[in-house]
Amino acid sequence: MTVHITTPTPDKAPPASSVGAVGWLRKNLFSSIPNSIFTILGLLLIYNLVPPAINWAFFTADWVGSTKGDCTSEGACWVFVIVRIRQFLFGFYPPSEYWRVITAFSLVGVLVAWLLIERTPKKGVVAAFTVFCYPIIAYFLFYGGSFGLPVVETHKWGGLMLTLILATIGMFCALPIGIILALGRRSSMPIAKSMSVVFIEFWRGVPLITVLFMSSVMLPIFMPETWQFDKLLRALIGIVFFQSAYMAEVVRGGLQAIPRGQYEAAEALGLSYWKTMFFIILPQALKLVIPGIVNTFIALFKDTTLVLIIGLFDLLAVVQAAFADPKWLGFSVEGYVFVASVYWVSCFSMSRYSQHLEKKLHTGHAR
Amino acid sequence: MTVENAQQATSDEVMVELRNVNKWYGDFHVLKNINLKVTKGERIIICGPSGCGKSTLIRCMNRLEEHQEGDIIVSGITLDDDLKHIDRVRRDIGMVFQQFNLFPHLTVMENCCLAPIWVQKQPRKEAEAIAMKFLERVQIADQAKKFPGQLSGGQQQRVAIARSLCMNPSIMLFDEPTSALDPEMIKEVLDVMVDLAHEGMTMLCVTHEMGFAKTVANRVLFMDAGEIIEENEPNEFFDNPQSDRTKLFLSQIL
Repeated sequence: MTVHITTPTPDKAPPASSVGAVGWLRKNLFSSIPNSIFTILGLLLIYNLVPPAINWAFFTADWVGSTKGDCTSEGACWVFVIVRIRQFLFGFYPPSEYWRVITAFSLVGVLVAWLLIERTPKKGVVAAFTVFCYPIIAYFLFYGGSFGLPVVETHKWGGLMLTLILATIGMFCALPIGIILALGRRSSMPIAKSMSVVFIEFWRGVPLITVLFMSSVMLPIFMPETWQFDKLLRALIGIVFFQSAYMAEVVRGGLQAIPRGQYEAAEALGLSYWKTMFFIILPQALKLVIPGIVNTFIALFKDTTLVLIIGLFDLLAVVQAAFADPKWLGFSVEGYVFVASVYWVSCFSMSRYSQHLEKKLHTGHAR
Repeated sequence: MTVENAQQATSDEVMVELRNVNKWYGDFHVLKNINLKVTKGERIIICGPSGCGKSTLIRCMNRLEEHQEGDIIVSGITLDDDLKHIDRVRRDIGMVFQQFNLFPHLTVMENCCLAPIWVQKQPRKEAEAIAMKFLERVQIADQAKKFPGQLSGGQQQRVAIARSLCMNPSIMLFDEPTSALDPEMIKEVLDVMVDLAHEGMTMLCVTHEMGFAKTVANRVLFMDAGEIIEENEPNEFFDNPQSDRTKLFLSQIL
């Protein structure tokens, strides 16, 4: 028998054609003849579409002025949006009270940024303040009626402000309710389980438009006069129930992906059901379904535009109403582009943040 | 460590007692009339072919599985539907699983401290000090800030043992603790378990590590088809098996 003793082979650099810009281009864009043809066609398409769109939106657009007559060039007439921006942002909220809306949104902006940015101190206190104190402060700022603030009825709320109120409250309420429903649906207690199933299947099975119609038209007919409450609140409850049913199913998907062993380990350590859920199962399950949760949030954010059918003027409704102004006929493209970009920026930010969160929470166990 | 030494550590105090325990999965009779007494400091190895009910047996002892007939008494507490009894039994029994079952979203230290803080209400500082002590004992203290996913299988299993010990149990259950490990990692886990045995811990261990059984066990139980077929002290059990089924099993694994 012979024994081979060899020195370890030293590492060699990879071939030049597989690294660097040239390698990347060859591998990804020009790897074969059909791929090269598609690459060239794609570049032609981009060349023909993107520069004209950018020209329309920026370089040949009109930005300053106060009337339709100021829009003389071929591009977009942003004067229309700029002149009406206050209405787009605040609806029919009295201009003298705008500061209240700005204060409320700035405050929540600071609070949320505090919670989302890493390495800020006292996150627990800030979170408790955001959950328990901020809603009360926001209520008095938006609605008034106390501390010398005049009442602003909810039918005067509108524009981006209304959209943000609906979306934020919808998200903050739909997630916890959805978690409770998901836990209920997986519970071994028959009453909790069947109630959750009925709730989820009912709200998930009806269109949001019907829910909104029911809340604004049918409910007042059925309910006694003394029980009547605000139309916006009714719509909000409808949106929250509807979205929490979706959220429940997203969360349930995450719960089902947690291996049985995690429950057993927690049980063997003597953790109770709620402690097991809170410390062990939910943190893992929610992390798994971040894409699904954000998907539901984004859908919720855009679905808020449906409130226009019950006469609430959210951002889209306010902009559409402005099209009817005889002084500004024919600027619907600018209006829609404006609305679309506001929605896109908001939704894209949520998407980016969720990707950041996924990376941050990754603890090296996913394969 | 000889068998004589090991037996000195045991006393007459009964830690776990099973009387005529029967269990079914649907129609499948998985445990048949199990009778077993484990005294303080005893180290029992349970072996047997796959599906013989050995894991089910020890999982019944902390109510991860429910038995349908008979009595299971752990540290004087009868396991029944009373959640308080189950809670007290679980505080007294630590369990180590085949698949480690560490919490992947928590660091090694957090894995060890979670239950002491939230079940036993220990102050965090104290819990961390105790956890550190046990992590040092299983020689993994330098990894305390890492997540389980960053450790090897053997390291994870040692963390799982430390996590159980942090609850200060008087009985430890091991459910095939080395079966999911690469061969070169089995020894580091067994060494920890041998240490634990030397300190007089009451242990029930489902395993096929016969070397380990010979080193530490007071008794070896052989199970087949839901029954305890044979029960003997380790040297007798391996050198002089009585039943044909035991002989067949030993001829297949040795």
